[in-house]
Amino acid sequence: MPGLITMDDLSNEEILSILDDAQRLLPVAEGRTYLPLLQGKILGNLFFEPSTRTRMSFETAMKRLGGDVVNLGDVKTSSVVKGETLFDTIQMVDGYTDIIAMRHPRQGAAQYAQDAARVPILNGGDGAGHHPTQTMLDLFTIQQAHGRLDGLKVILAGDLRYGRTVHSLSHALTRFGCELILASPSLLKMPPEIVADLNAHGAKVTETEDLLGSIETADVVYMTRIQKERFADEDEYAKVAGAYKLHASNLDGAKEDMIIMHPLPRVDEIHPSVDQTRHARYFEQAFNGVVARMALLCRLLDVEVPADIGGGA
Amino acid sequence: MSQEHNMRRVTAIRNGTVIDHIPAGHGMRVLEMLGINKRSSVPVSMVMNVPSKKMGTKDIIKVEDRELTQDELNRLALVAPDAHVAIIRAYSVAEKLTIELGDEIVNVVRCTFSNCITTNPREPLAHRLKIVARVPLELRCHYCGRPQDLDELVNNVI
Ligand SMILES: [Zn+2]
Repeated sequence: MPGLITMDDLSNEEILSILDDAQRLLPVAEGRTYLPLLQGKILGNLFFEPSTRTRMSFETAMKRLGGDVVNLGDVKTSSVVKGETLFDTIQMVDGYTDIIAMRHPRQGAAQYAQDAARVPILNGGDGAGHHPTQTMLDLFTIQQAHGRLDGLKVILAGDLRYGRTVHSLSHALTRFGCELILASPSLLKMPPEIVADLNAHGAKVTETEDLLGSIETADVVYMTRIQKERFADEDEYAKVAGAYKLHASNLDGAKEDMIIMHPLPRVDEIHPSVDQTRHARYFEQAFNGVVARMALLCRLLDVEVPADIGGGA
Repeated sequence: MSQEHNMRRVTAIRNGTVIDHIPAGHGMRVLEMLGINKRSSVPVSMVMNVPSKKMGTKDIIKVEDRELTQDELNRLALVAPDAHVAIIRAYSVAEKLTIELGDEIVNVVRCTFSNCITTNPREPLAHRLKIVARVPLELRCHYCGRPQDLDELVNNVI
């Protein structure tokens, strides 16, 4: 396997087997067991735009497995600002590392880097394009809660237009036969070409502006942040965004095992009152970023995760 | 018969290339995509909007003293996918060519998405558009995955 650029690079069987590895790696991710599977390997972290969360979780994942990390450093002071092409940057880092995790503001940058590199590229987000490692941790979180991925009813809510997280996730969920409800303001609807792809998978997809009205039947509610900058003025934002906020009082009719997810950071789309409910899963989800990326690093580096790790998974 | 008539609208050429069955109005685009208006000094004639049994109307181009290669011809997939090309030697047809559409269109046009990695002109890798459907033609960028608007795309000839 070369790298992970979009979820299309993984078959359903591969996804499930990587999630399996992740499950077994939990004690290692939690620091209860030390398992240096990736000793002697170096990860290159190439973040061309800031992302504390994703960069840190890659770094943690690599170090928990005994590997090392080199960072591109601040884009403002690195050679990139001097006008170096992505191709040239990749040529250099490719020689220094065994695998590269990358985020870039331009769409298609990860595929471009993969075509320029010998080592596998892990796409950590390219413009409004894909974010497959986030999708893997999201799938892991859903499977953890429901014991399966197939046949669930999932609401994706908020900014579905620019949110690359929900683009990758929607593809993956429909491949497992999930039903999707896409709840967003009309300005921030899922791009039509993605909806067309989802329909082509044979998925049941409903678009609505009514989030709260859909909650009762859902197994998963996946919230995303609506950014002020997407709107012409503050009033318009306040009017629209208000309908995509969750408070504990909105959850009375929800299914017992319904979970609420969010890629974080949140602003005010999930009220702190929700944190105390049994539905809140976003903090576990954030933690799962480490274990999902551990499993992916092993898979792409062709290192087998032992069947029995110990440490009490 | 009308074929004969069309061909005679411009004088027969001794050596060169005749490109027939160009959708009416796309003749100029074809010249552009072949880079003929820019760098060539050979005589070129074009007839526009001539009647065609198959297409209603069409454009025809004759390029003297230059034989188009299959690679050059394949560049026309975007604007004249059904073009027929005849290589003329000593006033008669020496070879007939049609466009071969592979799985990708490489280094012919740039992706139309403004935030695509390939919009940086200094990035050296090839511009690649994947063919996802042939009739009607649907293309997506190999890198960013965006579907391409064909009308916009013909403005992005490399
Ligand atoms: Zn592109």
